[in-house]
Amino acid sequence: MKKKTIIGCVCITLATVVLLGFLQALLVPKYMTQSREGALIAEYYLEKEPDHDVLFVGDCEVYESFTPPTLWEEYGITSYIRGSAQQLAWHSYYLLEETLQRETPKIVVFNVLSLKYGAPQNEAYNRMTLDGMKWSSSKIDAIRASMTDEESFASYVFPLLRFHSRWKELGTEDFTYLFSRDKLSHNGYLMQTRVKGGKSDIEPSPLADYTLPETSMAYLDKMRALCEEKGVTLILIKAPTNDWKYHWYDEWDEQIITYAAENGVDYYNFIPLDDQIGIDWQTDTYDGGVHLNVYGAEKLTAYFGAILAEKHGLTDRSGDAELNALWQEKLDDYYAERNAANE
Amino acid sequence: MQFTSLSFVLFAAVTVGLYYLIPKRAQWWLLLAASYVFYFFAGAEYLLFILYTTCVTYFTARWMQSRADREDAYVLANRDTMEKSARKEYRANEKKKRFRILVGGLLLGFGMLAVLKYTAFVLTGVNGILSAFGASGINIPSLLLPLGISFYTFQSMGYLIDVYRKKTHAEQNFFRLALFVSFFPQLVQGPISRHSSLSEQLFSEHSFDGFSFRSGLARVAWGFFKKMVVADTAMIGVKGLVEGSAFTGAYVFVLIVLYSIEIYADFTGGIDITIGLSQMLGIKLAENFDRPFSSRSTKEYWRRWHITMGTWFTDYVFYPLSVCTPMQRLSKWSRAKLGAGLGKRIPVYLATVVTWFLTGFWHGAGLNFIVWGLLNCLVILVSQELQPLYNRFGAKFPRLVASKPWEKWQMVRTFLLMGLIRSLDCYRDVGRTFRLWGTMFTKFNWGELFSGGMTSFGLTLAEWCVIGCGVVLMYLASRLGQDEPVREKLARRPVLLCACVCLLVLAILVFGAYGIGFDASAFIYDQF
Repeated sequence: MKKKTIIGCVCITLATVVLLGFLQALLVPKYMTQSREGALIAEYYLEKEPDHDVLFVGDCEVYESFTPPTLWEEYGITSYIRGSAQQLAWHSYYLLEETLQRETPKIVVFNVLSLKYGAPQNEAYNRMTLDGMKWSSSKIDAIRASMTDEESFASYVFPLLRFHSRWKELGTEDFTYLFSRDKLSHNGYLMQTRVKGGKSDIEPSPLADYTLPETSMAYLDKMRALCEEKGVTLILIKAPTNDWKYHWYDEWDEQIITYAAENGVDYYNFIPLDDQIGIDWQTDTYDGGVHLNVYGAEKLTAYFGAILAEKHGLTDRSGDAELNALWQEKLDDYYAERNAANE
Repeated sequence: MQFTSLSFVLFAAVTVGLYYLIPKRAQWWLLLAASYVFYFFAGAEYLLFILYTTCVTYFTARWMQSRADREDAYVLANRDTMEKSARKEYRANEKKKRFRILVGGLLLGFGMLAVLKYTAFVLTGVNGILSAFGASGINIPSLLLPLGISFYTFQSMGYLIDVYRKKTHAEQNFFRLALFVSFFPQLVQGPISRHSSLSEQLFSEHSFDGFSFRSGLARVAWGFFKKMVVADTAMIGVKGLVEGSAFTGAYVFVLIVLYSIEIYADFTGGIDITIGLSQMLGIKLAENFDRPFSSRSTKEYWRRWHITMGTWFTDYVFYPLSVCTPMQRLSKWSRAKLGAGLGKRIPVYLATVVTWFLTGFWHGAGLNFIVWGLLNCLVILVSQELQPLYNRFGAKFPRLVASKPWEKWQMVRTFLLMGLIRSLDCYRDVGRTFRLWGTMFTKFNWGELFSGGMTSFGLTLAEWCVIGCGVVLMYLASRLGQDEPVREKLARRPVLLCACVCLLVLAILVFGAYGIGFDASAFIYDQF
């Protein structure tokens, strides 16, 4: 084959690869205006030198229930939430593993709701958690642990294979955020300012078996061992909810209490403490009691901040000028969004 | 491992790469190993069935061959002492013995196919009769249907008949025969090859030929495009039309056209992958299509569509049946009783009916397939009977029948007629199919199609555009390739070919109907 032919073929192949890269960037969902929780995991990497006292891991109950700016403002405690929608126990474990390679917080807080799931649930939620992770051995293991039967590893390496059919539904968002994304969260907290109170009268249905799945409990144990190895304190929590669909059964609670007692881990179930925290289910939720809105989240954060400071000895770092300047910026952003919603 | 899976692409790439790296004398061993690995991944339990067919074919052929060799040796040794009539009688006797061996082999080979493919169908029929008499039915066992069993059984049995007819020599090496039966590119959906043309290519040594490789690669990419972009997108609409009970009248017409597009893109796409991949390995397989939708009659259509199956049935069923002793007796009788004209045609027509019945039955164990075969037969026979009428019409209007519009009309007519009969394959239920055909003439809902109807059965406007572009591209490729296939023209200009392949890959990756949100669909002919 002539040299000219070889060069021509190489150029065309390279151009195709570049075009494929462009198409992939265009076709993957941007999560900027819809399903915004899909953007949360990737935002962690925007932290230049991550240094947090507290790391929250878990599902929507974490990124909707705790506001790191409030924790800083009231207690001088730095924190970050590595949470995403329906983040399962193994997602949380591998995210924790990856995060602990970047920083060593004093406390890791894990929300226990996801322990009820023993198997991969939903491909869309897998993508929201896993696509946002940077490539590492933790991500590879997380993908392997999470894939549903219909998924393939190749589609995580080349998301185009998963999202190619979105060419039919491309919108302005896809072009606007083709090369850069907005920052949506406040250290992993996704602000919800709407108010939609209420309580369902429906009683949760009884279950045939209340045993928490072995798989998820094994990942909880791995999280505990990892924290122990890194010298980090693990705290288990259950965020408050007021909806029958996401009911936290007493039988599940007892298993967590037993686990915590056996392993010397603190566990706080905030469901029965809602009055003490001051949560008003008419004003502090944006979806009828499933999740807290920003007003409820601030109350819970203030309550939990006191526990962290008093019981777990986290000190006020607001005297650190550099840290203060950094967090002041975060607070400004936080209040800008909060106030904009109130106007 | 489906043809359209990423694992198959990697598997094929590794096989082709290794094929040219290893010593040439080991190439066929690599193909045998690759074929069995491919089949293993299709289903480990399927290996037993292909091994069974290989053993039956090998030992039957060897037995016939040894008898034929002995016969020849005996005749040769006694050529001076043996009378011509004695020699003839001896040969006839020997042929009878070989025929018995052949029948045994065919029974064993086709027997397995019959048991696996048709048991449920037959027992369902028996149960229907039993229930009519109030008797309890027989349990219908759930049997495996190994991938490509119809294709490799037909290819193997064709080989046995060729050995019997002394058209080909029985393979001495068991492993060589195993490769002939299991050659992985053609295992799933043909073409049905002949031993005389394939074996030499499989076992000869192949050096890398850039032109052949490039042309094969382009054909593979084109095949993937047809299957994954056109056929699998059209399948969404076909499925919607078949599953929805409200899609009658004009929608039946849409189904006929859409399914014709789907099956053409699906089957020719699969064959393009098969032949293209074989070409990359230096092996030239028989063509299976010759622009079938440009046919002007049903007979012509069947000379251009699934050619290797058509010739198989012609050579191994129709001709032997037409000249067999009972048929000759029938011919004699019918000439005497019904006159020379009709009497001569009766045995031919009977052989045609049997051939088409078997063709339908080969496609699937279902009444719809039998009716499909017999309707094709009916159209062919009626056309044949009406030929004198056509001739008279042609003589009266010579300019009309020689004109382009007339030619186009004949093509459209054949396309629609074949599509209509083919819709039995979609609806499956014969009664429902006939009722739906009826609604085309009783329910005039064409207006609905243009007021949202075309996007009411699963296909979006965007997907219709993809199918439309695919059809235009397939038409252009067919037109431009009349004198020489487009891929071969391109293979002489490697840079242009590279650009075309890259564009096809891009189109497949973006517009292909694969992955989550789409039903993973096997090739339609995989199930036959």
